[in-house]
Amino acid sequence: MAQPLPPLSRRRLLRGLLAAAAVTALPSPGGLARAAEPLTRELPGTGEALPRVGLGSWITFNVGDDPVLREECTAVMAAFFAAGGRLIDSSPMYGSSQATIGHALERLEAVDRVYAADKVWTSSPAEGPAQIEASRQAWGVPRFDLLQVHNLLGWEGHLETLQAMKAAGEVRHLGITTSHGRRHEEVERIMRRVPLDCVQLTYNIVDREAESRLLPLARERGIGVIANRPFQRKRLIRRLAGKPLPPWAAEINTTTWAQFILKFIISHPAITCAIPATTRVDHVRENLAAAREPLPDDAMRRRMADHVRGL
Amino acid sequence: MGGGAWWSYRPEDLLMFSPRVYARLFELHNQALWPAQLLALALGGMALVVLLRPGPRGTRLVAMLLAVAWAFVAWAFLWQRYAPIHWGIAYVIPLFGLQALLLVALGSLGGGLRLPGHWSVRRGLALGLFAYALALHPLTALATGRGLSGAEVIGLTPDPLAMATLGLAAAAEPARRAWLLLLIPVLWCLLSWLTLDTLGDRRAWLPLLAVIVALAARLWPRAPSPG
Repeated sequence: MAQPLPPLSRRRLLRGLLAAAAVTALPSPGGLARAAEPLTRELPGTGEALPRVGLGSWITFNVGDDPVLREECTAVMAAFFAAGGRLIDSSPMYGSSQATIGHALERLEAVDRVYAADKVWTSSPAEGPAQIEASRQAWGVPRFDLLQVHNLLGWEGHLETLQAMKAAGEVRHLGITTSHGRRHEEVERIMRRVPLDCVQLTYNIVDREAESRLLPLARERGIGVIANRPFQRKRLIRRLAGKPLPPWAAEINTTTWAQFILKFIISHPAITCAIPATTRVDHVRENLAAAREPLPDDAMRRRMADHVRGL
Repeated sequence: MGGGAWWSYRPEDLLMFSPRVYARLFELHNQALWPAQLLALALGGMALVVLLRPGPRGTRLVAMLLAVAWAFVAWAFLWQRYAPIHWGIAYVIPLFGLQALLLVALGSLGGGLRLPGHWSVRRGLALGLFAYALALHPLTALATGRGLSGAEVIGLTPDPLAMATLGLAAAAEPARRAWLLLLIPVLWCLLSWLTLDTLGDRRAWLPLLAVIVALAARLWPRAPSPG
């Protein structure tokens, strides 16, 4: 005897639609299950294997309480998870981005799926715990997986707080961030002095200052590295748009400049993952697809960098 | 790259939202307030008529209307809509409140503001600026492709309100009061210019032009009173 169908609530309908959107993120039959799983790399010393492409939220998820734009961001996160993504990065500095992520996590019931990376961003270490708690509530997660001191602001006091939270099991991993190549000498000093799980810095095919000292130091000290601004906030993509990919890009199974750049970044042995941000479902799929074999070897990486420099 | 100096940042590095999100602020604001736009335009039109035939009571009335609008925009637009996507706006909201208080105080206490009754370059520029803010600025939304649903209307959104206030203050006497009333609208227009320019909005030059016109009017040599 047929079971009666449960009533179709608005919530169930939305989840169904999002699931349908997510399913279309899968590649065509023929390599379905394998292709859907991105390559991972362990956050050194933690046992946590992270997909090598994550999701940033600077600008893209700062949509206020606009219901239309919030649902678009939810669809992006649905596609991200469907393609095997886990790490999402945000900050209290990013306006309403944390609330947008929290909204999507609740809609998608993806709290258990996400690796939640956030930051503390206040000059007053005394205000840090309250800000972290407000961020946690905005995300709707029981605890953050990774908390980072944003742009080294008040880093000494905040790192003491984060170390105490980690010891108490209130956060799993801790780190510091910088961007735009700023304050690398100070980052290096902190990496040498303080036990960190992760640093976040700007690294891409043209911004390669970190290669000289910070990335080798991260490997030496067993510190994970998250690469932000992989596309220089669209500027790099715009610069390359209209120019054809070199024919040899096919050797690393790359069909777009975004994948070309991402493969360059994540193939560096010190980089744990890159965190491109996007508002588009097709772009998030394209980005996750870069975290698949084959990745470039050293010779290919040099060739890639030389090619972009010459354009 | 390298170094951490603040001047190494570009305006685009500090921009926190996309052009689409900014445009949607106005669309949602207009949807939520409709048909308040009609009332705002009617009151603005009345204010313009009063300014064309200035007298102490009429000038005071316009200052009061603008004061209410500055307080309303601070609450309904800046606080409710803009601040959630831009934490820096929290620091701007008190300035809007201060401008409302200045309009009340300087527009009504101790003789209030006076507007010259005779025509002059200064008065023409100032009233032209007010009329533009009222009637033409909302139409510039058409140039961006967002349509009138994203129109910025005097009394409900900050740019035309600041421009209209610049118009009043550019022509008003005494000069010391007028300069005090100019300061915050000038700051807002400069902020708006930077924001729109960074967003790539082709209308970015409008708030900057409004500041230039207001300062030119204010600094224009005073015409001798007839008779």
